[in-house]
Amino acid sequence: MSNNEDRFSQALKEILAGGFTRTIISVILGFLVGALFMIGSNPEFIESLGYFFSRPADALGAAWSVVNEGYGALFKGAIYNGDADTFVKAIKPMTETLRLGAPLILAGLGLGLTFRVGLFNIGGTGQLITGLIFAVFVATRMELPFFLHLPLAIIAAVVGATLLGALVGFLKARTGAHEVILTIMFNYIMLYFFTFLMRDPALLQEQAATGNPKADPAAETALLPLLLGDEFKLHWGIILAIVAVFVFWWLMERSTIGFRLRMVGYNPDAARAAGINVERTYVLAMGLSAAFVGLAAANQALGTQFGLTPSAHANIGFDAITVALLGGSNAPGILLAGLLFGAFKAGSPSMQVLGVSPEVLGIVQGAIVLFIAAPPLIRAMFRLPKPQTTNVLGEIRDRIFRKGGAK
Amino acid sequence: MKLELRGITKRFGTLVANDSIDLTVNPGEIHALLGENGAGKSTLMNVLYGLYTADEGQILLDDKPQDFDGPGDAMAAGIGMVHQHFMLIPVFTVAENVALGHEPTKALGALDTAKARQQVIEISERFGFNVDPDALVEDLPVGVQQRVEIIKALSRDAKVLVLDEPTAVLTPQETDELMEIMRQLASSGTSIVFITHKLREVKEVADTITVIRLGKVVGSASPNASTSELASLMVGREVELTISKKQAEVGDVILKVEDIAALDDRGQRAVDGVSFEVRGGEVLAVAGVQGNGQTELAEVLLGLRSSLSGRGHIELTGQDVTEASVRARLDIGLGYVPEDRKKDGLVSEFTIAENMMLNASYKSRFTKGLSINFPARAKISADLVKEFDVRTPSIDTPAGNLSGGNQQKVVVARELSRDVNLLIAAQPTRGVDVGSIEFIHEQIISERDAGKAVLLISTELDEVLALADRIAVMYRGKIVGIVEPSATREQLGKLMAGVSA
Amino acid sequence: MSIVELSKEERIGFKSPFIMGGLGLLVLVFFGLLGREGDSTFLLSRKDDVVQLPELPVDSSTLGLVSGLLMLAIASYSFVLARQNRKSPMWLAVIFGLLGVVALLGWLATGNTIPVAFIAGTALVLAVPIMLGAMGGLMCERVGITNIAIEAQLLTGAFLAAVVASITDSYTLGIIAAMIGGALVSMVLAVFSIKFLAQQIIVGVVLNVLIIGITNFLYQQWLTEDAENVNFPGTLDIIKIPVLSDIPVIGPVIFENRITVFAALVIVPTLYFVLFKTKLGLRARAVGEHPLAADTVGISVARTRFWWVTIGGMSAGLGGAAMTIGGGGAFGREMAGGLGFIALAVVILGRWHPISAAFAALLFGFSIILRIWANQVSPGFPTDFIAMVPYAVTIIAVVAFVGQSRPPKALAIPYTKG
Repeated sequence: MSNNEDRFSQALKEILAGGFTRTIISVILGFLVGALFMIGSNPEFIESLGYFFSRPADALGAAWSVVNEGYGALFKGAIYNGDADTFVKAIKPMTETLRLGAPLILAGLGLGLTFRVGLFNIGGTGQLITGLIFAVFVATRMELPFFLHLPLAIIAAVVGATLLGALVGFLKARTGAHEVILTIMFNYIMLYFFTFLMRDPALLQEQAATGNPKADPAAETALLPLLLGDEFKLHWGIILAIVAVFVFWWLMERSTIGFRLRMVGYNPDAARAAGINVERTYVLAMGLSAAFVGLAAANQALGTQFGLTPSAHANIGFDAITVALLGGSNAPGILLAGLLFGAFKAGSPSMQVLGVSPEVLGIVQGAIVLFIAAPPLIRAMFRLPKPQTTNVLGEIRDRIFRKGGAK
Repeated sequence: MKLELRGITKRFGTLVANDSIDLTVNPGEIHALLGENGAGKSTLMNVLYGLYTADEGQILLDDKPQDFDGPGDAMAAGIGMVHQHFMLIPVFTVAENVALGHEPTKALGALDTAKARQQVIEISERFGFNVDPDALVEDLPVGVQQRVEIIKALSRDAKVLVLDEPTAVLTPQETDELMEIMRQLASSGTSIVFITHKLREVKEVADTITVIRLGKVVGSASPNASTSELASLMVGREVELTISKKQAEVGDVILKVEDIAALDDRGQRAVDGVSFEVRGGEVLAVAGVQGNGQTELAEVLLGLRSSLSGRGHIELTGQDVTEASVRARLDIGLGYVPEDRKKDGLVSEFTIAENMMLNASYKSRFTKGLSINFPARAKISADLVKEFDVRTPSIDTPAGNLSGGNQQKVVVARELSRDVNLLIAAQPTRGVDVGSIEFIHEQIISERDAGKAVLLISTELDEVLALADRIAVMYRGKIVGIVEPSATREQLGKLMAGVSA
Repeated sequence: MSIVELSKEERIGFKSPFIMGGLGLLVLVFFGLLGREGDSTFLLSRKDDVVQLPELPVDSSTLGLVSGLLMLAIASYSFVLARQNRKSPMWLAVIFGLLGVVALLGWLATGNTIPVAFIAGTALVLAVPIMLGAMGGLMCERVGITNIAIEAQLLTGAFLAAVVASITDSYTLGIIAAMIGGALVSMVLAVFSIKFLAQQIIVGVVLNVLIIGITNFLYQQWLTEDAENVNFPGTLDIIKIPVLSDIPVIGPVIFENRITVFAALVIVPTLYFVLFKTKLGLRARAVGEHPLAADTVGISVARTRFWWVTIGGMSAGLGGAAMTIGGGGAFGREMAGGLGFIALAVVILGRWHPISAAFAALLFGFSIILRIWANQVSPGFPTDFIAMVPYAVTIIAVVAFVGQSRPPKALAIPYTKG
């Protein structure tokens, strides 16, 4: 075999062994699992099973049509609606995906950051709620001109979330308590605290108090402006998310801060011997992580004209874990993963209309990340090669770009 | 029981840890398996014990071939093992540890604690071990823990007892006691495989000696063979560790340590009132048996472990750094080659280039504002890889993919390329191939010749004698004497055993 | 741990006396000195009980005053013990806690009655899913596997118990199905962590997402469409144990319950016995502390972990059944509502010990009923704060006493060899 061919097969092996291939396979498998559930719960399919051996085409046809309908509706609701009569209506689904994906991307960046530092931040929900509290206070209880009000509300959300995140980091660094337990407990504490605040008119409850915990709508001066005019609900939250993706990329891959964060994540002992204050790094990481989650809180609090309720966190804190996992905790990955799961949210209503329970997307989401969580499983299922120790791909890439890469 | 290994081969990826090894141990014999660190002794024993499966070869007990699927099978066949790292559960009592795996039970599967205790007491009395069956293992001194391990093996009727580097953690006195125990066991018919790299112990206790090097049996010898004969078999060349070096040109005091003390991870005094000075242009070696506080001393000097407050102080180039952070000490010019490079010296997942800037990520030649200066890093790393002869496909290769010697070169390159005043090198050649050892030794000497202070911490007497300008011997957390390198091995040996000169 | 420098020679524990002192002072000031005017009446018997105990009216603020003083007395005794470097005994802390609870109840119910048996009984019933979930989690953690998926197991158990019992008309089958379901979730966790060496915390979180997704889907697609046939299980019969159930207070609280409650009350001490007194338990703990050591004496780490995790899943699945057929009846969307995470907290709060964990579960159960009851007797009281208490207690416990409670050494670390 010539040297070149050898290199080619080596490079192919590396591609197959790489994270990207596994991710794609996981996503496809996730959709397959979802399809199985849709088929299995379809009455026509179950009926046709009764005479499967005499007319198997019926069963297969029913199966195909239910999957086609379900995922077709998802596509129409989340990306492009070919049936729409106007262009605006046709592309509106896409903008909805962007709108609903933005908070997932933002919170996903936050949780991804802690994963890189070897911490498990399960507290997205608690941090998000703290951000909501701060943002709602600024947005509903202060009167300011637009150019001050919105930035202040965003900053408040970030500060609020960061405070809780840093507190968890501090408690961990100081006492060695495990962050998983701390963050889970704070999720509930903050949820109840938020509810309490929204029960009292002197605090955050709406002026037209109905007795239910609910906050006032944000002042118009504090709202994130619409991005594409009145016909779309898409607002500046997505811009916030894209900027955050760039900031995250620079922070983790290019800056010395990220270098130290990653170092602590891989090997805290070596980091300590290299003069890094590991405990302080934990506080920093939890704080930075929560800051991104705080941006997601800003998006939630300032992206709607309706008053918030205790469920305004919309489970983003947990969904963001799946986003970070699917995205491999890196910036471009989280962007794509956030958009994928944003699409799930955007497509739900149109699936509902067709009578396909959009809850199936929860299964797809769970299945995808379950496959992601165990690389050896995917490797075993598809007989993919093990990760290679040589770096032919890297050499090829270097030859193409001829520059010091972003390593 | 007679133990025979035939053609045992074990590979890890491309590395051949054992290469068709043959070994025969006769009943009642103490058979020493001699070899350097990393020669493949422990792998061989783990194969024998069923922890690893051999790729090729056969294990025979009393001429019957065995097929071990796990340690349980090996144990049932009569093989007992005392591991280098004790296989004891710290929060269990001695009796529970001994019983584990073959527990005496009453109705309902309930533990028969009385029986378990009785068993410990019996064996303990038979050999005069003096072990309390109800003590928690974590509260026991290391020597006693080892006896618990031996009781564990004997309680399973071990006919072949494997001791893996048993003296590494023992004081000389405990070592002597262990030798006595080994003789006693052998005379009662137990076959003993004694794995070590210490020549003195082999000569003292072994009946037969097999030497392995780089995974192969390179010869056998009788205990009457001379030390140099054994050593040359072990390292595969005439032992010539005497490196040519000039007379030391001693300069100012760089490191001054006065009366410091520290605790180890278990809360015991590990460093107890240590004082010494290191001057520019000299190598001060800290010698001693492993586990006498050297590790903790190095950590205190770097600032990883705090010294007991209100006691003693450390001065680096005239500045008091007793309370200073690690980073502050590195900035003043301390270079550190840690004892355990995988744990403290490298991030295996990071590339070589990233590892080169490990402790220079704050304002340094690798940075540009808050960003990493990628072109500069690539250039510096490439230069260092060349200068220090690191064998690697590229500077973007993860450090974990390199061999031990090359990893160590990365660490040494990083530390020496910084502008250091003091180099602390702890076990700098442990697990490093012979070629790299020489290279690293030369680097250390050239550092000294450039007027830097070097503190060498090593348990290898040969290394100490070859490099040191002065030798401080540590015993039980104290420096029991500082001698010239012209001191004889006997003198040093006495010091290392705690007998003051 | 970062702070290893504090040696055994230097350790003194003044944390708990100070915390106790602070709590005692709070009770004294808020429920005593600043307490409410009026009587609270403790009802020790129900109307139809065989033995009737008299009602106990007490002045609310006096009760607060006395309790507060007693609590301070206990705190200072504990301080004295700490001075002599001695630990305060467990029963002292229990009495301390009970005093605080009594003072709180009295304060809340000023001018009202306190149905002691009702509150205690409901607390126990509400605690059962948490308790069983926690026992499941404890069995996993003791062999070194972190189980964040207790929530998923409770949900699976609740779902299957309701559906299978509805379809087959058999509670026995419902319970069996719930236990199998919990075990299946556990098996996924076990296989992923043992065979594929996946991050256990991640797998747990993901399993929660997946099971919530599956039950939500099936609930919407199937259970709401055909509720009468597949989600209408009713509840288990209440069993009255003769004689014992006639004991005042204790009888109705403990000996008059559904089978799920009795199961929990049997499982807890059984698990204690197995874990600490038998061969199986010794081996399990060895695997959780030092798997390699266990391996070298011929204990299969993978097999031990797999079976303990699986059986733990059965316990959690039963806990799920307790939520539907053992209490609420029909299955509801995401009905576990975080109880699985509470169970996780309970494992830690109980320091990986079945008996202590059971008491911790009772604390959570109590806080749930207290919240509901306080809303009735004392409208306007911010019950959200009562809901927060157990979580805050857990945080205090892990933060303040982290050095004293040691998790299994090998927790969350995959075991590999060769």
